[in-house]
Amino acid sequence: MAAGSLALTGVVLLYTTILFLHGNLGFPVGLLSDYYFQVLMLAGINIIVTIGLNLINGFAGQFSIGQAGFMAIGAYVTAMLATFVIPIGMFSLPTQIVAFIGIVLVAGCAAGLVGYLVGLPSLRLKGDYLAIATLAFGEVVRSVVRASDEISAAIAGLGLTTLAAHIEGIGGPRGFGGFPQLADLVIGPVRIPTLFTLIFTSVVLSVVLVRNLVYSSYGRAWLSVRSNELAAEIMGVNSTRAKVLAFILSGFLAGVGGGYFAFVIRFLHPDSFSFLKSIEYLIFLYAGGAASLSGSIVAPGALTILPEFLRVAGFDQWRLVVYPILLISIMLWRPSGLMGDREFRFLENRRGVRDAS
Amino acid sequence: MPLFGQASRSAASWSILFGLVGLLSVWWYVSEFGGAAFLQQLINGLQRGSIYALIALGFTMVYGIVKLINFAHGDIFMFGAYVACFAGAALLGSGHWVAFVGAIAIAMALTALLGVVIERVAYRPLRDRPRFSALTTAMGVSLLLENFFSLPPSTVPFPLNHLVFGPNYISFPALVEVEYYSFGAVYVTTMHILDFVLAIALMVLLHVFIKHTITGKAMRAVAFSMDGAKLMGINVDRTIAITFAVGSALGAASGLMYGMTYGILASPYFGIFPGLQAFIAAVLGGIGNIPGAVLGGFLMGASETFATSIDSNLAYMTSFVILIIVLLFRPSGLLGKLQREKV
Repeated sequence: MAAGSLALTGVVLLYTTILFLHGNLGFPVGLLSDYYFQVLMLAGINIIVTIGLNLINGFAGQFSIGQAGFMAIGAYVTAMLATFVIPIGMFSLPTQIVAFIGIVLVAGCAAGLVGYLVGLPSLRLKGDYLAIATLAFGEVVRSVVRASDEISAAIAGLGLTTLAAHIEGIGGPRGFGGFPQLADLVIGPVRIPTLFTLIFTSVVLSVVLVRNLVYSSYGRAWLSVRSNELAAEIMGVNSTRAKVLAFILSGFLAGVGGGYFAFVIRFLHPDSFSFLKSIEYLIFLYAGGAASLSGSIVAPGALTILPEFLRVAGFDQWRLVVYPILLISIMLWRPSGLMGDREFRFLENRRGVRDAS
Repeated sequence: MPLFGQASRSAASWSILFGLVGLLSVWWYVSEFGGAAFLQQLINGLQRGSIYALIALGFTMVYGIVKLINFAHGDIFMFGAYVACFAGAALLGSGHWVAFVGAIAIAMALTALLGVVIERVAYRPLRDRPRFSALTTAMGVSLLLENFFSLPPSTVPFPLNHLVFGPNYISFPALVEVEYYSFGAVYVTTMHILDFVLAIALMVLLHVFIKHTITGKAMRAVAFSMDGAKLMGINVDRTIAITFAVGSALGAASGLMYGMTYGILASPYFGIFPGLQAFIAAVLGGIGNIPGAVLGGFLMGASETFATSIDSNLAYMTSFVILIIVLLFRPSGLLGKLQREKV
């Protein structure tokens, strides 16, 4: 258990350090401005979503490029529920947090359900055709949100006025903002930022969840489907079930990430979840290394924070040019991504069984 | 192999089904909006389809030969459009047709060069690596082209500032004099004819190049089996570079057509949407299949103009809905060969 408890200590230390640097622990350090604090939260969200994408594209060896669609579902469901259905702004602190966690979980499940529906065609489509179908899915989600006014009008015509009002409230092409904010927990001089804590915890939980899944029989089923689907079937692996499970979990994680995204950015627009957003996650995944959980932590973390460093370093205009150059260089230097398919020590299977693929 | 292959027989039965659905939609559209509106949208659709088909050809050729989804192809199209714009503006003093021919020649040549350079730098070193490596660099190249060319020239140091296009829209020079020919309620412009004729001419040229030249034969061989082609003494690197050059040049021609038709280049990001539509077109027709890319391009163009004429919000969704429906019934695209699983 040494590696495990060491990792836990590291996680707690990291959390405390960030809070200290942001000046949350009563000392006015302020090295980490609110802006960079927000960047850190986005990095956390990107890690959650990339880990989810890794389940499909890395471990299960499929090719999905519609992750932004799942995120959009999670973000819009969270924002809609928290604004209209369970207005969390009305609650006092402990209830508010519980309600928010519940809402994010519901949003994740909604995205997971859609992941199930998207996973079904993956039984028929292979490789690039699956990719384009998932891309189409992502863009259809965006188009549906864009057309929310028309949908609302149609629903109002059916007599469901409350639901129609809620759907109209998400604003379609006008964007959706003004949802309630989560209050911070203040204990004496210490001020614990609720949203950051939730995101941080979710990152840790999703890493643990996915790590344990990957080394379980489910994970071995994914790896076998990736290596050779036919051989996996012959060995009794239900490849259909394995692939659909990857889509459900991936959708769930992206939905949770999207839910947090809504509350970090505080304004939603359908175009925030375009094809480019999906591309961003593919870049995170493959720059880190497919089928490497460590890579899915390092790459989204680094590549989210890196452009901000470039901004500080005086590359303000050129930051968007330097970023792709760095990305291309990384891929030329390490074609299998930063981590390849290796893992950090604390993420390795302690029983020493690595997949042979 | 799918590249340059013939339509498989089972495509016939599906094309009958899709044809029936298509006829039904046509009947509905005509009864709703009238025959003249239908004809007009069909002409506009053919025009837009010509543009998409040429971009889709580049996608499909590259995919057919190196199995890479070239995400940067939409941006190569963008580059071609800008080069054509600047070359055309510079040559406009020496007459319309000189400017037109000069712009298309310069744009195709420079864009072909760009395609070859991209392939050499970003894709070739990764050819024997896992497929996602080159895919990721393709995304990187796409971002690089978009972000670099949209830098404002004032912020760029000397030699490069003549290279960037800037983030603002520029208008495309009128390279030909546009005339309107009206037939009752339907009108046709010079641009309609020019786009269509140019696209068909380039397709015929491409067909001749692929079927009747030794390089074209080499391309088919490499697409069929890279190792086999190597054993037969074909210079695979050179053949792939030529494929990128030809695909990029077709994209540049399409960029010129786009600029002349719509008269404006919004920003170096404008290639994303046509690129995406053309990619869908290529998949719709069966990616890697050249007649499929042309068919898909015209289908995408027509469906987009028809959907826009009904409701502008609908346009974007329609292409994806069509794609999903087609893939549900024909998982390898309209003209793609259905790959049977070997057991």
